[in-house]
Amino acid sequence: MAQFVADNLAVRFGEGVQRVSDDFGDLTVWVDRSIVHDVLAHCKRDPELRFDFCMDVTAVDYLGLGGNPRFAVVYHLYSLSTGKRVRIKSGVPESDPVVASATDVWKSTDWFEREVYDMFGIRFEGHPNMKRILCHQDFVGHALRKDYPADLRWKNPRPDDLVDEISPQEMERMQARVRKGLSD
Amino acid sequence: MVFKDAALSPQEMPVTTPVPRQHGRPHPTGTAPYAEPALPKTIAARRGVTIERFLIEDIALTEDPLSENMVVLNIGPNHPSMHGAFRIKCWLDGETIVKAIPEIGYLHRCFEKMSELHPWQEVVPYTDRLNYMSPFLNNVGYCMAVEKLLGIEIPKRAQRIRVILGELSRVMDHLVCVGTNLVDLGALTNFWYAFRGREEIYSILEHVSGARMMVAYGRVGGLMRDVHPGFEDEVRAVLKSIPGYIDDVDRLITNNRIFIDRTRGIQPLSATEAIDWGWTGPCLRACGVPYDIRKAHPYYDYDQFDWQVPVGTTGDVYDRYLVRMEEMRQSLRIVEQALDDLPDGPVNVDDWSISPPPKDAVYNTIEGMVAHFKLVFEGVQVPPGEVYSYTEAGNGELGFYLVSDGGGQPYRIHCRAPCFAIYQNIGPTLEGHMISDIVAIMGSLNIIAGELDR
Repeated sequence: MAQFVADNLAVRFGEGVQRVSDDFGDLTVWVDRSIVHDVLAHCKRDPELRFDFCMDVTAVDYLGLGGNPRFAVVYHLYSLSTGKRVRIKSGVPESDPVVASATDVWKSTDWFEREVYDMFGIRFEGHPNMKRILCHQDFVGHALRKDYPADLRWKNPRPDDLVDEISPQEMERMQARVRKGLSD
Repeated sequence: MVFKDAALSPQEMPVTTPVPRQHGRPHPTGTAPYAEPALPKTIAARRGVTIERFLIEDIALTEDPLSENMVVLNIGPNHPSMHGAFRIKCWLDGETIVKAIPEIGYLHRCFEKMSELHPWQEVVPYTDRLNYMSPFLNNVGYCMAVEKLLGIEIPKRAQRIRVILGELSRVMDHLVCVGTNLVDLGALTNFWYAFRGREEIYSILEHVSGARMMVAYGRVGGLMRDVHPGFEDEVRAVLKSIPGYIDDVDRLITNNRIFIDRTRGIQPLSATEAIDWGWTGPCLRACGVPYDIRKAHPYYDYDQFDWQVPVGTTGDVYDRYLVRMEEMRQSLRIVEQALDDLPDGPVNVDDWSISPPPKDAVYNTIEGMVAHFKLVFEGVQVPPGEVYSYTEAGNGELGFYLVSDGGGQPYRIHCRAPCFAIYQNIGPTLEGHMISDIVAIMGSLNIIAGELDR
């Protein structure tokens, strides 16, 4: 049990840490949604914690369990140097499903967050490319929500040209290269 | 817009918040297509959108602002060298990649949604289809997670058999990876050497479980059944033959000038970058990080076996090849030691609410029959809670995050697929490479579409 992780977060964030549990040997820290990004950045940069891996980002829809707020985003962090793991959870209400993106903390959260958006409709603010990833772009609804029927499927009517994933800076760089003249 | 068909009436589907496209050219219809309100719920009502209309829509979408000047090459979703259905769109300058964007999801089968509709035991065959190159390792990963939630420890014999078959599956996974990577690079002979070893392991798995590929041999609480009487001899025969095949590939390839020219310095990645991108498994170890869950957080007595973790230095394609070759040898060492120390005894926990009672008890005792009945009709009852359990699979950390509400079915299962993290940075790291390097890189990352898309 990584008690020092819980203590460290409690000292740093005080009231923001809502609940700490150690069920099944997995340390779980519930934090307020407004400080999720700060907590994650602290987890990575604090010299005591050093959670250098963000192994996973996912979400749970607590609709069937009467959860309030309805969703929870779940981060699984791992520290290579201390060998400890922690699960950061934060409740997300259905009316405003937005969480701050952690893409500036770990690059690995890029696709994980896109998957959560795709499956649950939770948007990550500040994500460079908040777009569906596993389902096609014409998919309606979010498949892992508990009120989404399991047998409902949508046709994919068109291929995705992916041009919208090129950021303006990238586009400028590519066009500059074209203007300069390509090699053949 | 095709969906504005008179036959299609809005329904009460949850309407998503409109999300404008972030940058780039606006979508031809003006709005993001997935913000469209409500299509009918029934599949029958959605028939009627004809293929011609799809094609018209396609043509409207082919205007790419750069296609005038740059060659746009779509690699995949179905391409002989891609080993699965994924697509990379490349903008090329000559043969050099200026920009590459991957698109995944072609093999998305809603593993997580389907798992929520099945009893805990019946999810096991679905896990086979994640990384289908080493299905048994996925069984182990999933069963370990559920066993953690149940708070049980499986018998020693079951643990050892899981280790033996798991390590053989890892060898199989690496053999396929190395073999197909080499055949993509034009070295066909090695493919036969590698696949011969794989076939021999398949024969063992077939003998053990009845299936060559989708074994579904793991069970919550142990194994499907005990191994057959000749199991040890078969494994020992394989232990003798496979090092020969590995050495054959080694002698042909490791110092091969053409292979080195095509792989050394291709997609190198520093250790810091790899960690930041969430890489695990052989690809991470090739970058010089000795993180192997079997060593770092040993399960099933991995710490009692004598073996080592090979690491690379630069993390390029060549290092990944070397790491995989050495890992196969180390895996065989583990198998040998586990086999020498294979205890007798049951392979399932002695708890009739988890593992089915023996047939004798089912037919002759009322307790046995009731237990059997309840297992078949209600399934394993898992206490409420949530766990994250992780194992070292063929490609790295395979994590299962389970949420149980105390019933006979999972409330939520999330699979942390190693490929998903590894494949993320393919876009940025391909830039500056040649087209032919894509083949080498894709093969060496060992992206398994089943695991990537789930």
